[in-house]
Amino acid sequence: MVLIAVQVNGTDHQDEVEPRLLLVQYLRETLGLTGTNIGCDTSSCGACTVLLNGESVKSCTLLAAQADGAEIQTIEGLAPAEGPLHPVQEAFRENHALQCGYCTPGMVMAAVSLLEEEDQLTERTVREGLEGNLCRCTGYHNIVRAVLACAAERGMVPGSVS
Amino acid sequence: MIPAPFDYVRAGSAEEAVALLVEHGDEAKLLAGGHSLLPLMKLRLAIPSVLIDVGRVHELSFIEEQGDEVAIGALTRHHDLETSSLLKEQVPMLPYIAHQVGDPQVRHRGTLGGSLAHGDPASDLPAAILALGGTLVAQGPGGRREIAAVDFFKGFLETALAPDEMLVEIRVPKAPGAGWSFQKFNRRAQDWAIVGVAAVVNGTTGIALVNMGSTPLRATAVEAAVGGGASVVEAALLAAEGADPPSDINASSEYRRHLATVLVRRALEEATS
Ligand SMILES: Cc1cc2nc3c(=O)[nH]c(=O)nc-3n(C[C@H](O)[C@H](O)[C@H](O)COP(=O)(O)OP(=O)(O)OC[C@H]3O[C@@H](n4cnc5c(N)ncnc54)[C@H](O)[C@@H]3O)c2cc1C
Ligand code: FES
Ligand code: FES
Repeated sequence: MVLIAVQVNGTDHQDEVEPRLLLVQYLRETLGLTGTNIGCDTSSCGACTVLLNGESVKSCTLLAAQADGAEIQTIEGLAPAEGPLHPVQEAFRENHALQCGYCTPGMVMAAVSLLEEEDQLTERTVREGLEGNLCRCTGYHNIVRAVLACAAERGMVPGSVS
Repeated sequence: MIPAPFDYVRAGSAEEAVALLVEHGDEAKLLAGGHSLLPLMKLRLAIPSVLIDVGRVHELSFIEEQGDEVAIGALTRHHDLETSSLLKEQVPMLPYIAHQVGDPQVRHRGTLGGSLAHGDPASDLPAAILALGGTLVAQGPGGRREIAAVDFFKGFLETALAPDEMLVEIRVPKAPGAGWSFQKFNRRAQDWAIVGVAAVVNGTTGIALVNMGSTPLRATAVEAAVGGGASVVEAALLAAEGADPPSDINASSEYRRHLATVLVRRALEEATS
């Protein structure tokens, strides 16, 4: 067993874990944070995307032991339970960027990371930035629209007024 | 899917990692970003009994000038390559190619050293280092040694590294004014290359092929033809000479041979324009 200490959505946790425990299993099964979905379990779909020290990662392709010492953010930690939605969540709602919602937690976390990392975004760079996340329902257009709406709000879209 | 059980140990330095490799023998595997190894372990195609996590050896994550070369630590992530202003200035092909690897999540974890040590012929970065004429630095129990990129890839997922050696550094010559091109042919975003070509024209011509055999390889027949004065069109026809590309769900071997000639022509045209 390996002792890990992580901060998840602002709360400190210490747990003894089996070395082969994947981060996504730790989040879902040990901590009960089932907002992070497992889609493909083969590093392809991005449904399991969470932020590790602020950067998007696929939690099905990371050992919980590798995350020892890290700050982790999941979809549950983006906005307070009773408060308003996070701007990216709100933009997804406004722009009808989800249908079944299965890909949405991962999609939102990937978008949050992308918006933090880039200075400017265009339709093309949003599409490229979300290439690690698959959606079987929406055809992506409204997802791209939602992320561009957030980017425009932050003054990150060339030519748009913030 | 859950990997078979293993023991997990962490190395704080390259010396420690090598000592652990010596101690555990070929039962052990280094774990860097885990983005080649963990998928294999989940499919139980790899069943190491000890994982030596080198992900915290931060001293091996760097990109710095060393005379007329740029030295890159083996634990440097694809994301660090794609955003490095030093590389964009001195070796612009490398950040460009790093940006073509997988997707942002993969690039936040995968490392240059892991990509090279894995030796997958379908990977993009080994072709980059081959075309650039890079040098790899391995550390073993007896100290460090240098291996030219052209001598590094030995067979399918096999490299010149001994079981008790760790890749610690990769060096590439500075070439701010060189012509270069990277042609990655795939059908969907995020996919691996069906065939890829990296070309560097800088006095001499270096051309490396992705997914055209059991290892990442140089297109030596094309390089010799260009050196001998052949035209781009003539030289490109030799792209698949000596190559033995696989047939798989994406393409037949024959299709890949043809594709290589087209992509080498495009790469040479772009690199010499
Ligand atoms: C969804 C997905 C898409 C991808 N797409 C692409 C792509 O388009 N192009 C591409 O090139 N790659 C792609 N990759 C692979 C990715 O680039 C990997 O990150 C990389 O190949 C391995 O680096 P790593 O640090 O993750 O290595 P690991 O998985 O940690 O290790 C790989 C192997 O190298 C050994 N190793 C690691 N570091 C060292 C070292 N310093 N010294 C000696 N041995 C070492 C390990 O023991 C292991 O055998 C993709 C991966 C995924 C999951
Ligand atoms: S479940 Fe992790 S990428 Fe699909
Ligand atoms: S909304 Fe159903 S998979 Fe994206």
